[in-house]
Amino acid sequence: MSTYTAHFKVWRGDTEGGGLQDFDVEVNDGEVVLDIIHRLQATQAHDLAVRWNCKAGKCGSCSAEVNGRPRLLCMTRMSLFGEDEVITVTPMRAFPIVRDLVTDVSFNYAKAREVPSFVPPAGLAPGEYRMAQEDVARSQEFRKCIECFLCQDTCHVVRDHEENKAAFAGPRFLMRIAELDMHPLDAAQEAGLDRKSSAQDDHGLGYCNITKCCTEVCPEQIKITDNALIPLKERAVDRKYDPLVWLGNVIRRRTP
Amino acid sequence: MATGTEPHTDAARRGVLTTGRAAIAARHLRTDRWWVPPLVTALGLGAFVVYSTWRAFANSNYYSEPYVSPFYSPCLGANCVDMPLGARWPLFGEWWGLSPALLVLIFPLGFRLTCYYYRKAYYRGFWASPPACAVAEPHATYTGETRFPLILQNIHRYFFYFAIPVAGILTYDVVLAFRDTHGHWGHAGLGTLILLINIVLIWAYTFSCHSCRHIVGGRLKHFSKHPVRYRLWSWVGKLNARHMLLAWASLISVAVADFYVFLVASGAFDDPRFF
Amino acid sequence: MTQVERHTYDVVVIGAGGAGLRAAIEAREQGLRTAVICKSLFGKAHTVMAEGGIAASMGNANSSDNWQVHFRDTMRGGKFLNQWRMAELHAREAPDRVWELETWGALFDRTKDGRISQRNFGGHEYPRLAHVGDRTGLELIRTLQQKIVSLQQEDFKELGDYEARLKVFQECTVTRVLKDGPKVSGVFGYVRESGRFFVIEAPAVVLATGGIGKSFKVTSNSWEYTGDGHALALLAGAPLINMEFVQFHPTGMVWPPSVKGILVTESVRGDGGVLRNSDGKRFMFDYIPDVFKEKYAQSEDEADGWYADPEHHRRPPELLPRDEVARAINSEVKAGRGSPHGGVFLDVSTRLSAEEIKRRLPSMHHQFMELADVDITAEPMEVGPTCHYVMGGVDVDPDSAAATGVPGLYAAGEVAGGMHGSNRLGGNSLSDLLVFGRRAGLHAAQYAAGLGAADRPLVADEQIDAAAAEALRPFSAEGGDPAAPENPYTLHQELQQTMNDLVGIIRRADEMREALTRLAALRLRARRAGVEGHRQFNPGWHLALDLRNMLLVSECVARAALERTESRGGHTRDDHPEMDRRWRKVNLVLGIAEAEDDLGQVSLVRRDMPPIRGDLLTLFEKDELLKYLTDDEVDA
Repeated sequence: MSTYTAHFKVWRGDTEGGGLQDFDVEVNDGEVVLDIIHRLQATQAHDLAVRWNCKAGKCGSCSAEVNGRPRLLCMTRMSLFGEDEVITVTPMRAFPIVRDLVTDVSFNYAKAREVPSFVPPAGLAPGEYRMAQEDVARSQEFRKCIECFLCQDTCHVVRDHEENKAAFAGPRFLMRIAELDMHPLDAAQEAGLDRKSSAQDDHGLGYCNITKCCTEVCPEQIKITDNALIPLKERAVDRKYDPLVWLGNVIRRRTP
Repeated sequence: MATGTEPHTDAARRGVLTTGRAAIAARHLRTDRWWVPPLVTALGLGAFVVYSTWRAFANSNYYSEPYVSPFYSPCLGANCVDMPLGARWPLFGEWWGLSPALLVLIFPLGFRLTCYYYRKAYYRGFWASPPACAVAEPHATYTGETRFPLILQNIHRYFFYFAIPVAGILTYDVVLAFRDTHGHWGHAGLGTLILLINIVLIWAYTFSCHSCRHIVGGRLKHFSKHPVRYRLWSWVGKLNARHMLLAWASLISVAVADFYVFLVASGAFDDPRFF
Repeated sequence: MTQVERHTYDVVVIGAGGAGLRAAIEAREQGLRTAVICKSLFGKAHTVMAEGGIAASMGNANSSDNWQVHFRDTMRGGKFLNQWRMAELHAREAPDRVWELETWGALFDRTKDGRISQRNFGGHEYPRLAHVGDRTGLELIRTLQQKIVSLQQEDFKELGDYEARLKVFQECTVTRVLKDGPKVSGVFGYVRESGRFFVIEAPAVVLATGGIGKSFKVTSNSWEYTGDGHALALLAGAPLINMEFVQFHPTGMVWPPSVKGILVTESVRGDGGVLRNSDGKRFMFDYIPDVFKEKYAQSEDEADGWYADPEHHRRPPELLPRDEVARAINSEVKAGRGSPHGGVFLDVSTRLSAEEIKRRLPSMHHQFMELADVDITAEPMEVGPTCHYVMGGVDVDPDSAAATGVPGLYAAGEVAGGMHGSNRLGGNSLSDLLVFGRRAGLHAAQYAAGLGAADRPLVADEQIDAAAAEALRPFSAEGGDPAAPENPYTLHQELQQTMNDLVGIIRRADEMREALTRLAALRLRARRAGVEGHRQFNPGWHLALDLRNMLLVSECVARAALERTESRGGHTRDDHPEMDRRWRKVNLVLGIAEAEDDLGQVSLVRRDMPPIRGDLLTLFEKDELLKYLTDDEVDA
């Protein structure tokens, strides 16, 4: 087993301010950045704040930025970096800071509440649901999401424009709308909710300029842009910009 | 905390420098060469724009029997050169005095300009919105595709519809390219091969389009009730995963095809015949 | 008096994993104001780590399956030490709990005819586990989370406030359950982010805090698993049972060191993975215990035939219950036939195509690729036992999930004891969470609703002051003590090493006595655990407070394990290697002693289990019963 000393810069601070602090710390074979942060906690900075849980890329707690890229600390292997490379770890920069590597991610929970939930189909009792695998596969891809919020962090719509936070749900929750709209038994339409147009009208789908950073940072390798956001845009086009559909609607409205 | 910088008080500071977020002065901390992809994109697209502008306005050297440049087909002006059997329909009559290429290029241009891949490419490469992931963009405000003019990107689907007959005509041109310089069938040259490769890439790019994927099956809620469309959707999905690659490959091939016709038509190069 | 943030609710649920969220949903649907408290962010609970599936006898894959078969498998897996009524309720209600998830938006993998697909798993006679690839726990937690959001949306529509009737207190830790006389009156805790204290006054508290794995060095459990609920119950006066039974999952990652212990799902074996030692031998055939001889294949050919034709072949021994497989791996490694990093080889690449592996086991493929540079579609994994689950927990009433002796206290999920007996079957955990989460929520709600305004227990200021003083002690650790403050991280490491080495997978009396001595010393040192910095998001402080719980629970494990002089399920004694039928009906009940004795601060009494109901016994052959039950019990 080989061991070396790595040079880290870790952002420490809170709402009052803060900065990058230098640390020299031991690194062993096979370790990930989160191991190093834990070593700092145990040996040099007992009160270094960091969120983490599963340490296996399944819970999405340890989101941060390593050398400027949004990443899960537990899935960023040290072997990715040269032994003499300075490794900079900062909190996610799209959200308000709490302390050290911990940010206030309540934006995401607020947005989650704004997406209308699954509407169960009328007339089907529990146990009577029948769905084909090919019909659930699309939504299942989106349900792999571990809600690490790295896509929300990297999306320039809110990262670079705080003022857009009110109008824009962010990739994770637009994907949630796509998931529900593609759910084979979701009965939102029957209940009078058109998820397709509401994605654009209420959740800011139009802000997305499909520059794919959400897909690039997704640790679950979900094709957020190609499989969720663009299909959702196309579904909104069906509703709002397709003159044939529009014409059909006008004619239907005129006939009694 | 007595370390490092003090918090920002200037309310005008935007984005990652917004008060309340972690106080880090740098607008980004990426250490890799993040600027390479947008730069390459900008240079590549820029080169094509320069080349195609020159060729589109040139109004010359676009036909050399049996090859027609994809930039000039179909040829809709009365001022088109004579193209035996070719797609030459002077719909615009005598009043159109400019290059006939301008009349048709609007369609492939529109198709590519509103394409979901090219949008990403030029938003990043030319508009730096964003230049790269987690690299701050320079603009003070951002409304994306929520209002005019960018809301027009939503008409991509109509350009897709138009792209199909255009690709059909180019396919017809490839068929015509299986003649020799005297109009006799059953022959092929290097130009035939180039046009053939080009049209294959054009079709692949056209079918890999996100709108196409939506129309053939993506809009359905129940694939299981439409097995044929599901299979089509799966095929298009596989192509769609390579949309970026096909976008570039077909962009290059269309320029190469045009340039080859230019070389042959201008007499700079003699088309080698295979049979 | 200490300044604290105060709230009033009808039901407080501690823990936001599967059991906690299911309990909260139920309490809220009963119309009661419900609070959920979780140490992490909402939706991050350890339930997300569950991979294989939810066991429920829906009979979609094999129509012969029904609740009786499931009950039988559960009892066999637990070596008949299960609280039979809990095992019965669990087997009966699990299908409904799974189907209900679909109405809340869950998307399980499907069968050809559109029903929920079910997969094979260790100890289950038929394919029984509803699953989503190998990320079933994530699906479960997300579905429950989204159901809670949906209830909050209803409340918003009706009352204009999302949190009017159901609020999640994220990143908060409870350190004490408060009481008014014998009854629960609320909880005391701190907000991790700010370090501020809060009190929630509530007549009913549901413990759903999960397990205790963080007391062990090699564990699949996350930092949250510090036995909080177990300790809270003990401190509130509710006893624990079965604490000697700790499940070591046979297959955890063994390399690299930083991820040692992280789980490799049992589905790998269910889908065809085989275990081999360094000689290339498929060693599990040598470890089939007598009680299972008729149920498992005796040769490789027979075992291989089972994957394609389970009707006419016996199942491969890789699918024995977890305790058997864990012990077998342990023995192979000890005998020097281990893999380079001290495990054995688990190979799925020889049986399944690369495509199939990626489809069925996507997160395993990803996990090994990313963390260990191993491509499981082409090479074997190295695996070894890892502390995974504690069968022991709060002694509860099987029907209502009410804790013994403390009115208003309920427990569900891993923190509750009894359901799984001496060993839990894979897949029974997620169904346990749902079945008993719902029951705990329901009965807590009924209890709270049944109290008149005048009967509501009150929170006494002295209790708040005492709890606050206890929580603040790490900041003034030096005060009066001659020695320097202890580093909580060091103490934690020593605790983990002690439990791993001395109360681990194979146990001996002298080692456990040694463990108890060391735990007592650690307990004294933990009182001096000191922290620097301030109260805002201070992980050193949080750990110092968690140490109390981990030490208390570890002592219970060691104490009970020392007492039980037999080997059964998740409790293996080197000095008493046989299962003893006389021990079958004995529960070891643990509480806090009034005075410390030479073994520590924990009290222990033996208690007989209620006899199994007759109609349930008839589900088994008499021969089989005689392997577990004494002659008298069978005759009676």
